[in-house]
Amino acid sequence: MLLIPCPWCGPRDESEFHYGGQAHIAYPEDPSALTDDEWAHYLFFRDNPKGPFAERWSHAAGCRRWFNAVRDTSTNEFVEAPPYSAPPGFEEQGPGAKPPVSGRGGVVGVPPAKRGGESTPAPATDGRTQPFRLTTGGRVNRAERLTFTFDGTQYEGHPGDTLASALLANGIIRTGTSIKLGRPRGIFSAGVEEPNAVIQIEEPFPEPMLPATAVELYDGLVATGLPGQGRLATTPDPARYDAVHTHCDLLIVGAGPAGLAAAASAARSGARVILADDQPELGGSLLGTAQHLTWASEVEALLTSAPEVRILRRTTVFGYYDDNHLLAVERRTNHLGAHAPAHVSRERVHRIRARRVILATGAHERSLAFPDNDRPGIMLAGSARTYVNKYGVVPGRKAVVFTTNDSAHAVARDLAAAGVEIAAMVDTRQGEYVTGTEGEDRLTAVLVGDRRIEADLLLVSGGWNPVGHLYSQAGGKLRYDDALGTFVPAPGTCRQAVEVAASPAEGTAAAACALEAEGYAPEQPELPPVDAESETAPETVFVVFGTGGATSFVDLQRDVTVADLTRATGAGMRSVEHTKRYTTAGTANDQGKTSGVLASGTVAHLLGVDVSALGTTTFRPPYTPVSFATLAGRDRGALHDPIRTTAIHPWHVAHGALFENVGQWKRPWYYPQPGEDMETAVLRECTAAREGVAFMDASTLGKIDVQGPDAGVFLDRLYTNMMSTLKVGMIRYGVMARLDGMIFDDGTVIRLADDRFIVTTTTGNAATVLDWMEEWLQTEWPDLRVRFTSVTEQWATIALVGPRSREVLRDLAPDLAVDNADFPFMAWRDTTVAGIAARVCRISFSGELAYEINVSPWDALALWESVYAAGVTPYGTETMHVLRAEKGYPIIGQDTDGTVTPQDLGMSWVVSKKKKKDFVGKRSYARADAVRPDRKHLVGLLPEDPADFLPEGTHLVATGTLPEPPVPMLGHVTSSYCSAALGRTFALALVKGGRDRIGERLYAPVGDRLVPVTVAGPVLYDPEGARRDG
Amino acid sequence: MAETAMAETAMPETAMVGSTTTTHRPQSPLSGAAARFAAATRTSGGALRLAEVPFLAQINVRLDPKGPAAEAVGLALGLQLPPEPDTAVQAGELTALSLGPDEWLVVGPPSTQADLEARIRTAVGEEPAAVTDVSAQRTTVLVAGPRARDLLAHGCSLDLHPRAFGPGRCAQTTLARAQVVLIGRERGFCVLVRSSFAGYLADWLLDAASEYV
Repeated sequence: MLLIPCPWCGPRDESEFHYGGQAHIAYPEDPSALTDDEWAHYLFFRDNPKGPFAERWSHAAGCRRWFNAVRDTSTNEFVEAPPYSAPPGFEEQGPGAKPPVSGRGGVVGVPPAKRGGESTPAPATDGRTQPFRLTTGGRVNRAERLTFTFDGTQYEGHPGDTLASALLANGIIRTGTSIKLGRPRGIFSAGVEEPNAVIQIEEPFPEPMLPATAVELYDGLVATGLPGQGRLATTPDPARYDAVHTHCDLLIVGAGPAGLAAAASAARSGARVILADDQPELGGSLLGTAQHLTWASEVEALLTSAPEVRILRRTTVFGYYDDNHLLAVERRTNHLGAHAPAHVSRERVHRIRARRVILATGAHERSLAFPDNDRPGIMLAGSARTYVNKYGVVPGRKAVVFTTNDSAHAVARDLAAAGVEIAAMVDTRQGEYVTGTEGEDRLTAVLVGDRRIEADLLLVSGGWNPVGHLYSQAGGKLRYDDALGTFVPAPGTCRQAVEVAASPAEGTAAAACALEAEGYAPEQPELPPVDAESETAPETVFVVFGTGGATSFVDLQRDVTVADLTRATGAGMRSVEHTKRYTTAGTANDQGKTSGVLASGTVAHLLGVDVSALGTTTFRPPYTPVSFATLAGRDRGALHDPIRTTAIHPWHVAHGALFENVGQWKRPWYYPQPGEDMETAVLRECTAAREGVAFMDASTLGKIDVQGPDAGVFLDRLYTNMMSTLKVGMIRYGVMARLDGMIFDDGTVIRLADDRFIVTTTTGNAATVLDWMEEWLQTEWPDLRVRFTSVTEQWATIALVGPRSREVLRDLAPDLAVDNADFPFMAWRDTTVAGIAARVCRISFSGELAYEINVSPWDALALWESVYAAGVTPYGTETMHVLRAEKGYPIIGQDTDGTVTPQDLGMSWVVSKKKKKDFVGKRSYARADAVRPDRKHLVGLLPEDPADFLPEGTHLVATGTLPEPPVPMLGHVTSSYCSAALGRTFALALVKGGRDRIGERLYAPVGDRLVPVTVAGPVLYDPEGARRDG
Repeated sequence: MAETAMAETAMPETAMVGSTTTTHRPQSPLSGAAARFAAATRTSGGALRLAEVPFLAQINVRLDPKGPAAEAVGLALGLQLPPEPDTAVQAGELTALSLGPDEWLVVGPPSTQADLEARIRTAVGEEPAAVTDVSAQRTTVLVAGPRARDLLAHGCSLDLHPRAFGPGRCAQTTLARAQVVLIGRERGFCVLVRSSFAGYLADWLLDAASEYV
């Protein structure tokens, strides 16, 4: 969501704005002097540069002001924006202005992987139900037991477990089979990067495709393993989902050591800080390594006591968009299972606008591609350590460790201390490689060259990939880091106010930088001691080739192998973007978190190029999958889109009206009486209007109050006909066209005073017309002294229609002289109707004698009830449509579609020929295309059989038998009704050269039939207009 | 907006608004939501206060902010039309909200719209200006209480932290999917919403409040 700088209101979300296209394209001085080509060029041709582009914007949902700004079309950055300052005493909204300048190198280190030793878990186990659970250690609450079911078997776990850790505690590592090859697969990691253990929750909320490693255990959880694909729930999700907008000075993503250090620096600065982390507990990797936990809890205490610091636990920041707009999902009650309170949203989307962002998102361990590297029991090394230290679980009894770096040695030490036998350390830096594995449902042995080592666990570390997803989404570049053998965020390559921190020292530096930029003073917090132990450099290894036909997997979730990538490069592909699409590597719902860099490395190896030259594929939101229910939030059902109602709406509901949606309005469609179907009800309502008196709620028409000495001049320029000549007290119908001459709205104009008019618009178009008026005034004619105010809801309108309407009005408005001579057609009068102050207009949209009574909406229900009490028949929009169609009055948007001129509608009389030098659209009527004789004209259609009904949209052809395709189409039906007054069906249609075809026979394909129809003039009822005056 | 006008108790029981000869009781756009607002206010235990403040006089004024009319209107009303965008000034029973560089909304107690409009028109004199009674165009919803900011944050993208938005601030923006004028007040907000959208907004507010009631 871009923030667009309104010069008056400051930065606002782009959804509040209308785009106005290229700026500085002035309306020609004298359009009539232009050739057709020049006019077309002005109308249709615009620049489309990559880079800075001057364009127009209107703050449509705010101050309605148009302004110019220069936006870089390649970055969406507003490079030149009008000046704005927040009102005195208030902070400006939005993100920081410039990317912060930081002196740090931005080298991203691996997470600390040194022995902590704060507690040494005893190697004994809980023998009863959780044989792989340690008796001490970890952060689970052993005092409380949770019962859950997986694949039909009941197990126990503890609060603090994930589904994966609880399964491991019960000796379950295999969770399903792979998607394409059906190979057994098991828990591979301890976090959101999990490619294998994807499960379906069955109860209490059905939900597919969740990594077991990210599902918090709760009592009563029922889940099943999935063969790579889930099932959508067949019952509606009863849970509530919602969204909130959240703002802060500093958003810190990740509460590991770096994020905690950054937050500690900011805690007492006064800055508004949000610390978001996807785990229920703060600490990040420290929870897995059991290091510096005291420090972490001290920082947590500091943050909890800081009034402007907000900690969002169980919150995954999943998208990074323009102008530091980040989306995060908070899992609020998922972990409560069936005990989740119904009125609290289960998941919440935070739409975060942060002035500064620090990404402290840690790293994912990557695997290695070696033969048969997918059996259950093969696990990322650091994840095994997490299971021991965080969950008090050993994932196996006898382990082989296969590594390219030091971090796995610390894993081995922690696992050994937990009682796991380390059968072998295989370190590539010593020239040793795992060349194969054995076992079906679980690993039984590891092959290292000629050695066969029995083991139920193979812990793999191919190095660590810093999580660069959000930095990349933000527009930052990743660069190859030789020492780490992977891609890391390249500092200074992102235009947004974002920094990356990979260690506590970097966290405090990033916080200092961000806070200073925002005018806050950072503190130097106490940091955990840096271990002085020297490290041996990691080795960059991706693929280990074995012997025989064993398969080496790169992407476990998609079953993509080294052989698949070999086929891709063999087919000539040289880019990871191509091999990704060819093999689907990295496209599963884990988005290749453990396989992306491995795939790049494998392809580089196969091509014999350096992986640094190959790069990675692009990261796009979401970082982890988010359910549609969560994204929809409360925008469903009745709240999906506003329902606009008139002041009389409750009466319509109470009297059984059926409703039609017109724009966002609910309008009464017809009022069926008991036993009536739609046709009967509408025929009855039409008869009342034509033969007696009927009334309808016309309050939805748009109304704009136009005031100022130049109001008449302005309206002359915008309407195709004259408005300045209208006399005070009178009303005129008018049409507005776009510059291309096509009709876009119509309505009546009331002159209240020399300098004041009320313009009415069609129901769906009120806001568009007001925008259109503001656009011309502000951008082309700012010298005109005229102003507009929307008054759509200031007035409620009741249309009173029919030969008896005068008599009803006379009774209700005794002060009003209603005779034709006193109150002629197209005049208005202020008076009192049923005791209510009213403005009565003599307007007809039916051809009958008719009035529109305008009153305050506060009094509208009372007026409506008075009219009803006078015995008048209420009618809805369907009857209105029939009545107007019988008279050939078009509905803009139904009988027109943006390609129709007033002349096409047979309304040349509404287009001023000589009186006005110019008006919007005039020049286009002189274009060759506008005077083509075969333009489509609005005509009437009478089916030969008066009972034949032509569906709207029906095409028209010339012959009674269909020729070979292509069949020339002459036009289509735009409106079609059954008429009480005519005693037959009829239609309006746009037909090529239609006015020259009156009397002609055409054919309308309806189903299997070609219905013969006769072309008629559009006015089928009372063509001489005798009924208007009653 | 006048504090007195905002208090429910200050609302006359039988307000005679609109026409002068009515014998019926005028209907405000949210009269049908009053019971639900009251119930939510009650069950929130003081966290929220939701109520329609109906029938306030509202006059839309558009004129040249640098011209003599702006000053004349300010003198006539006893409060300056705020020149700063997105600000509100209050004097006595009247509040003037800046809606744009040449547009203000003057809000006063119920039944004063005719008088207000006349005073402003007289002050404007022959200067070009647009003075329009829009009292029924929008209705006012009071959203107050300690959770008011949290409630609005469900649908308002503006930063409503007191540092960024408080008494003296107003803004035209969107709340949920309705355009509103939002006014910062001491203990909450006033939301001016188009009458036709009021029912939708009431439903939305009450739904968003479910967690706090």
